Amino acid sequence: MAVAAKKASQASTNAKSADSPRIGHKSVGSWTHQQDMAAYREMLLIRRFEERAGQLYGMGLIGGFCHLYIGQEAVVTGTRMMLKPGDQVITGYRDHGHMLACGMDPKGVMAELTGRSGGYSRGKGGSMHMFSIEKGFFGGHGIVGAQISLGTGLAFANKYRGNDNLCVASCGDGAANQGQVYESFNMAELWKLPIIYVIENNRYAMGTAVSRASAQKDFSRRGISFDIPGEQVDGMDVRAVKDAVERAAQWCRGGNGPIILEMQTYRYRGHSMSDPAKYRSKDEVQKMRDEHDPIEMVKTRLLANKVANEDDLKKIDAEVRAVVTEAAEFAQTSPEPDPSELWTDVYA
Amino acid sequence: MATNILMPALSPTMEQGKLAKWLKKEGDRVKSGDVIAEIETDKATMEVEAVDEGVLGKILIEAGAENVLVNTPIAVLIGEGESAGDVQVAAPASAPPPAAASAAPIAAPAIMPAMASAEHEPAMDAASDDGRPWSWDKAQPWAWMAAGAETSDITMREALRDAMAEEMRRDELVFVMGEEVAEYQGAYKITQGLLQEFGERRVIDTPITEHGFAGLGAGAAMAGLKPVIEFMTFNFAMQAIDQIINSSAKTLYMSGGQVKNPIVFRGPNGAAARVAAQHSQDFTPWYSNVPGLKVVAPSNAADAKGLLKAAIRDPNPVVFLENEILYGVSGPVPKNDDFVEPIGKARLHRAGKDVTLIAWSIGMTYASKAAAELEKLGIDAEILDLRTIRPMDTGAILSSVRKTGRCVVIEEGWQQSGVGAEVVSRIVEHAFDFLDAPVLRVSGKDVPMPYAANLEKLALPTIAEIVQAVRAITYR
Ligand SMILES: Cc1ncc(C[n+]2csc(CCOP(=O)(O)OP(=O)(O)O)c2C)c(N)n1
Ligand SMILES: [Mg+2]
Repeated sequence: MAVAAKKASQASTNAKSADSPRIGHKSVGSWTHQQDMAAYREMLLIRRFEERAGQLYGMGLIGGFCHLYIGQEAVVTGTRMMLKPGDQVITGYRDHGHMLACGMDPKGVMAELTGRSGGYSRGKGGSMHMFSIEKGFFGGHGIVGAQISLGTGLAFANKYRGNDNLCVASCGDGAANQGQVYESFNMAELWKLPIIYVIENNRYAMGTAVSRASAQKDFSRRGISFDIPGEQVDGMDVRAVKDAVERAAQWCRGGNGPIILEMQTYRYRGHSMSDPAKYRSKDEVQKMRDEHDPIEMVKTRLLANKVANEDDLKKIDAEVRAVVTEAAEFAQTSPEPDPSELWTDVYA
Repeated sequence: MATNILMPALSPTMEQGKLAKWLKKEGDRVKSGDVIAEIETDKATMEVEAVDEGVLGKILIEAGAENVLVNTPIAVLIGEGESAGDVQVAAPASAPPPAAASAAPIAAPAIMPAMASAEHEPAMDAASDDGRPWSWDKAQPWAWMAAGAETSDITMREALRDAMAEEMRRDELVFVMGEEVAEYQGAYKITQGLLQEFGERRVIDTPITEHGFAGLGAGAAMAGLKPVIEFMTFNFAMQAIDQIINSSAKTLYMSGGQVKNPIVFRGPNGAAARVAAQHSQDFTPWYSNVPGLKVVAPSNAADAKGLLKAAIRDPNPVVFLENEILYGVSGPVPKNDDFVEPIGKARLHRAGKDVTLIAWSIGMTYASKAAAELEKLGIDAEILDLRTIRPMDTGAILSSVRKTGRCVVIEEGWQQSGVGAEVVSRIVEHAFDFLDAPVLRVSGKDVPMPYAANLEKLALPTIAEIVQAVRAITYR
């Protein structure tokens, strides 16, 4: 086997200005029509779910912060394809897509968004804080960067137990500037912990473009001084994501320690629900949608390869819509938590 | 010249030990760094090194001696040509005990006087019964009001912005730094227009690196700049609290008064709406605990402006705690650019005779509503707005409570070790005899903030709880 995960110093020959849409490795590895079908359904579910969440927010049924994942669906979908039961996933507050990709029940996620007892945290966590140990999802964290150290701890536990599970810890391009990220990198490499650090570079941290906050704009190189290899990946192409994660997972499970994947992606919506988005042009967003939409790309391929026809896809759309509608209904009919819940779960 | 070699301490808490072994004998020449003896306690062994050069003239404590008190002379070092016989030795038995903390007598009562700030001469206050200073600034709160100054109604958001802008115009050393403060105009639009007026040299967007830029700010302040560091919210200042406390608050003291830290750490603190546990915490008690910091928590536009200006001018680090829910609330603010409010002075918001309600920041909203409810019940409540948490205006608290004899403290944050606990302690210590009922606290519930709308309401204090507390202590 060719060692796919290169040392970072050799990788990343394709660094361009952060302000031009940067699309990373084009390698798509082996990819089947079935995988296209599966990815289509999964990504569509995330997109429709998020659109519905946005609607419910507008109706006042969801409050506080609500960070949508629209545009970034390929990242979690491709990643999840290469994980196995027992692997752990941890991320920040832009977490709905991660949870759905982990196989968590859309009803439970949506009901958490509305703060109802049927939610994954029984209404006590909200959009940013949900967990499912059963599905290997460890949150859902509101403090930018914290999940990277926590994920390193999950990986530490894998090594401690001597199993071959790995952890995928995701954070944004903005989060990648937090100090604790580098403290974690050092420990992970020092102790050869099985962790894939996924940096979801959607080009903005709130209103701050990468170039305004990052001295090193090539995030795959952020591990160089720790000797952690890294790759830039076209995070809009689910095949490229899957391929990179496949190689990265092999690297981690092979006892080689951590690896960094910079997923070059884009969020279509504002940072949270109340974001005037004056920091980028409508054209920029439209161009991404037109040329790099992760779902459209799969759809085009499915049709071109005659894996599915319009009717087949419409059927999938309808099925996905039904799932989302059911989730939204559940989220509105599930009762509010009982007042006694205020006092539970403070101590184990 | 002869010098005594003393029994050393292995640790600050060691009081005595065993002189295990001599490695030099009388008459041996020693130079500094030579190991001359070994001592041990039940925990450890240590080598005793000579500090000075000379000849080991006389061994006073034989090897194997147990329970040798720290600082007991164990040998005498003499100069070249001196004789050991010349040496006068203090009796070992009378050796002083180690300079451990336990040995120091308890000095003056450890209450207020220690808190005087460098800039504001503590002023005597009528309420002080034993000559101790209670107040921290002679200036009176809202003096402009009494003087009939011209005012305009602006929001707290505008007041904060104007305060920064005016101080930046006045003093070139003042700059603003934080996440999204410049191009985005502030996550909560508090820095609106500052980039446009002052440019990117003085209004600086940072990466998301709170620990880093708080430390950078503290360092810049050491170099004499006057940073205003905005935290997007104080929840994120937890990443940076080490620099705020270990670097900013303590540096003046550690440097023996040499290195000042004129910096303001500001941003919204406390619960916002529906943002759940990690984004809804009141950190006032955390900073309130720290000597070297001043802690300000305004409840209205005039105080927001006057106190922020005072904070920027203050030579000390000031933690300035705003509240997101109050940002849009308007109030009268004097038009005069040079208006400042004194840090360390509470403000009597409403005079009353039956009970004192003590609050600050958003707690004042609760207090005002509760007072209106109480009025319907025929209870006349006095409201004191603390405004500054550290230094705390104990004099104002005491004079009000001595008048009403009853008090309820309102705090949105958690009760245990909260600011309310401190207020109650001061009342009990200094106005106990004036109390007609126990002092009560109405606080946030002792749970992380839940997300669900119904639970969130339950987690916060309510007007009904305040009214109930007041009725309980007024027996009505
Ligand atoms: C420690 C900390 N600082 C600041 C924030 C406020 N905040 C929330 S999200 C965010 C931007 C993060 O951007 P990025 O890491 O790129 O992730 P994205 O939102 O693009 O997914 C900021 C500044 C926070 N939640 N935690
Ligand atoms: Mg981002």
